[in-house]
Amino acid sequence: MLLANGLVGPSIPWTDIVPLLILLGGACFLLLVGSLVTTWPRHGYAWFTGATAAAALVANCVEWNNLQKEVGRSIIADAIFVDRFSVLGSITVLGAVIFTSILMSAYMQRSDEDGPELYALFLTAAFGAIVMLSANDLIVLFLGLEILSLSLYLLAASNRRREQSQEAGIKYFVLGGFASAFFLYGIALVYGSTGSTQLYVNTSTPQGIAQALGSQVAVSGNESLLLIGIGLLMIGLAFKVSAAPFHVWAPDVYEGAPTPVTAFMASVGKVAAFAALLRVLLVGLPQRVDDWRPVVFALAIATVFIGSIMAVVQTNVKRMLAYSSVSHAGFILVGVEAAAHMRGDGLASSMNYLAIYTVLVMGSFAIVLAMSGQQDADTALTDFRGLAKRRPALALAFSILLFAQAGVPFTSGFVAKFGIMKSAVDVGSYALAVATMVAAVIGAFLYLRIVVSMWLEEPDTSEPLNVAKPVAIVIVLSVAFTLIVGMFPDLLLDATRLVRFAPR
Amino acid sequence: MLSAIEPTTSWYLILSAVLFGIGTVGVLVRRNPLVMFMCIELMLNAVNLSFVALATQLSNINGQVAVFFVMVVAAAEVVVGLGIIVSIMRRRTNATADDLSGLRG
Repeated sequence: MLLANGLVGPSIPWTDIVPLLILLGGACFLLLVGSLVTTWPRHGYAWFTGATAAAALVANCVEWNNLQKEVGRSIIADAIFVDRFSVLGSITVLGAVIFTSILMSAYMQRSDEDGPELYALFLTAAFGAIVMLSANDLIVLFLGLEILSLSLYLLAASNRRREQSQEAGIKYFVLGGFASAFFLYGIALVYGSTGSTQLYVNTSTPQGIAQALGSQVAVSGNESLLLIGIGLLMIGLAFKVSAAPFHVWAPDVYEGAPTPVTAFMASVGKVAAFAALLRVLLVGLPQRVDDWRPVVFALAIATVFIGSIMAVVQTNVKRMLAYSSVSHAGFILVGVEAAAHMRGDGLASSMNYLAIYTVLVMGSFAIVLAMSGQQDADTALTDFRGLAKRRPALALAFSILLFAQAGVPFTSGFVAKFGIMKSAVDVGSYALAVATMVAAVIGAFLYLRIVVSMWLEEPDTSEPLNVAKPVAIVIVLSVAFTLIVGMFPDLLLDATRLVRFAPR
Repeated sequence: MLSAIEPTTSWYLILSAVLFGIGTVGVLVRRNPLVMFMCIELMLNAVNLSFVALATQLSNINGQVAVFFVMVVAAAEVVVGLGIIVSIMRRRTNATADDLSGLRG
């Protein structure tokens, strides 16, 4: 019948997916022209990547402006949403792409092997991330997840001269594929029990998952299928956000991957996975909130504590920052738990935390990149000894970023942590708020340890330390953002306060 | 009479769960990156079986369509995974997961 009448595809509002098209076009152009024209100007690839991301960023800002009146809409046969949530997430991701391409150009220049492939992978990864954070269909979400992950596996393994990079790539690949399989099994079981892979559809036929769960009155046989499915979905996403006990890959991969790639994974991967987690749980499964909220609670507690405690015993700064990013994931999970109460501003504070965290991570890894010698060596804590005597400005910048990660007032980190705590307390999650504050105190020890080592100890060498200009730009921008948002939080909060999902 | 037994959807779901379990155990137990990788593919295909079985039961085409997407993803994963594995094998022959333990802390 369908064929007899001619297969009619869904209508595609092209203007709504301009950012995605720009990223995809940029990646294809880079690969095609990059292989045809072999002599590009100095930093040419990075400039092009940055410009592509900036163009997509502008398109997203225009979209944000257009969304003044409506909350958002679901497009392409309810496959993806365009709403404030997805637009803000995209802006964060694209900002990270711009920073990373600057860092990458410095990294590649140093080892004299600039090429277009890795920059194209940054763009496809951002494409996947944006698909993930706007998906309304679990299959589309899975595709976005895979586009992002496959790019990240390659990026992690991209330094062929360094054995640790390859090891990071294979570890990330095997564990990532493992987690993706769990996520996919979760999709299959949720589909089996609700008859849909779409999270939320406004019509009665076909139904979305949220509608099917809302209308079902105790379907006995499907209940276990559904609960196992939700559990598997959460395992898959918890792995991607590196929540404990699914965080074991993070330190190894973060340490082994080239430093700009680490910064990219820590920011973009986490933003996309948290956005997907929030959307799947809050838009698709709000009827089952009593089943999944305790799981988020337990994950949040385990993650903040394991992240903070394990970070303290590390001796490599890259690994320390990896564990600190695990503990940041725990804080964002507290925001997710607060959002699960369906009142208060848990959603806004989670997105706020993600945006601030992205900039902090970029700045911190830029400093690690500036410190590390050829091939990512020299990132042990002992290499940071006495940095204040060698490069006072660099030590000051790193101190500001570390204090911000610890949540010291007048930095953006305080705004982020305060927002999360406030939203948790507002909905009555006192136990969670107290536990995370204790973990934050433990975590502060880690940051102070690096700061003390930089300022109070004597340097091992008096070799001058040259900071490449692109790296310096990223450091200055992220420190400026950290301080400005710390002093005038409303600049950011006024934007994130407006974050909403389309169906609400 | 054996022919009188009609396989129901739950048979397929149980088979798929068993296959998924074999894949999971394989990833955790085996030490050869290639075999671990094959086990991940087995897990994905187990999920495909569930998708088809559930789609038939629900008489809903979505699950069958999902299988095509999963196959594409699995193919893309093969390309990326083999690329990484080959680049490691070039560096050193006979690498097992236990040899790849330079990163720890």
